[in-house]
Amino acid sequence: MKRYSAFALVREALRDHSGWKRAWEKAQPKAEYDAIIVGAGGHGLATAYYLGKNHGITNVAVLEKGWLGGGNTGRNTTIIRSNYLQDPSAAIYEKARSLYETLSQDLNYNVMFSPRGVMMLAQTEHEVRGYKRTAHANALQGVATEYITPERVQELVPIIRIDGPRYPVLGALWQPRGGTARHDAVAWGYARACSAMGMDIIQQCEVTGVTQENGRVTGVETTKGAIRTKRLGIVVAGHSGVMAEKAGFRLPIESVALQALVSEPIKPCMDVVVMANTVHGYMSQSDKGEMVIGGGADGYNNYTQRGSFHHIEETVRALVETFPMISRLKMLRQWGGIVDMTGDRSPIISKTPLDGCFINCGWGTGGFKAIPGSGWAMADLMAKDAPGPLSAEFGLDRFRQGRFVDESVAAGVAH
Amino acid sequence: MLILTCPYCGVTAEETEFHGGGEAHLKREGPGSDDAALEGYLFHRENPRGVHFERWRHVYGCGKWFHAARDTQTLEVFGTYPAQTTTPPEDLLATIRDKRPGFTWRGIS
Repeated sequence: MKRYSAFALVREALRDHSGWKRAWEKAQPKAEYDAIIVGAGGHGLATAYYLGKNHGITNVAVLEKGWLGGGNTGRNTTIIRSNYLQDPSAAIYEKARSLYETLSQDLNYNVMFSPRGVMMLAQTEHEVRGYKRTAHANALQGVATEYITPERVQELVPIIRIDGPRYPVLGALWQPRGGTARHDAVAWGYARACSAMGMDIIQQCEVTGVTQENGRVTGVETTKGAIRTKRLGIVVAGHSGVMAEKAGFRLPIESVALQALVSEPIKPCMDVVVMANTVHGYMSQSDKGEMVIGGGADGYNNYTQRGSFHHIEETVRALVETFPMISRLKMLRQWGGIVDMTGDRSPIISKTPLDGCFINCGWGTGGFKAIPGSGWAMADLMAKDAPGPLSAEFGLDRFRQGRFVDESVAAGVAH
Repeated sequence: MLILTCPYCGVTAEETEFHGGGEAHLKREGPGSDDAALEGYLFHRENPRGVHFERWRHVYGCGKWFHAARDTQTLEVFGTYPAQTTTPPEDLLATIRDKRPGFTWRGIS
């Protein structure tokens, strides 16, 4: 891998940019790998990267049905925060957030991490109590958040209307080092770093079956032939249920479409991320000036990557009430992603009933923020064949044992 | 936008008039069931990419619960049927077999 640097820019400028290499190599599958990851989204690529970086396992293939980062990694609203209530959540999301701080340097790829601050509005008395509780919990967990007044909200976000008719702003949970990052760059940066370690990233290669012998995984069948491995990681978000069925076990997961939209670009007007969970909408401004808006999930299982139209109306209606100045804004694009929802709204990073097969899923509506921490924990689990400190509480067995990591109430609806 | 027909009041309306209620025909488990059965009942749900059977409620209408058969990939609704049954009706299954040859859902095919 040729390092990107100011020196490299100058050198290439002087020779008509003829020396830039592909960010990652095209690869064809080999007969066998030490580990195979299914799914080349952020979580899958991060898993592969930390397998190599932290555990020295580099004979790895990452298989992708579509194209790299074309699923939820390229479909989210790029928000990064770690202000969760429960200790296991705070640990893994804060690990992820802190890795994001230096990810560009680590990967030698600019992921444009922008710790501009994330604000979660409290618009009911219930939310006020909830967020104060979260701020106290975060203080104990070592996550820097604070509960702020409506005046401070107005100061940080001049375009917000704090005395709206239905849901006035009563305060907010403020995480100053939360923010956003360039979602595609996260996938591309990890892919480039994996490729540089000699890993094979194989796109347009769908896994059609999981082969096993005596309860142990032996490999996968794919559209590009059979590949042997003793360690298989399934990291496919919305399609986890479909893959689990191929591997012969069930998951406590249901898949629904979650959608987002962006407006036409306008001049800078809001330099923090604002989430309004009661009215169910969240918004930030991209570096291009578009208002990036996240909305609600569909109320029924589906795999359409589209989302119901009336949810856009609900989201936009709520946001216009909170941000009156966006009422004349034209929306440019709308899209959906398939999110994998668990009953307690916490992820699953776990061994499975099939030996040698591991699963990382259930990130639901909030996976992007967790990518580095998720990959770190999953790599640790796959390398040692035993859950580490970050993943121990996120096992599949927690459902049978009633040992939930309940974030469904704590984090509200919009993750 | 899904268009559903309530099998009780006969109204055909957009999905905003209804509310999804999750997987249909669950077998309830209780005291005396083993842990695996209880876990399955509480948490494991069919999550097919394709034919799915669900409970729906006509919340902004007659208020009745009913069942619907639907494709989660194309959003096509194959039909709806009353709640007082533990299996989908045969004529609906025939329609689905015709449209999605080889489909399976929890032992139904």
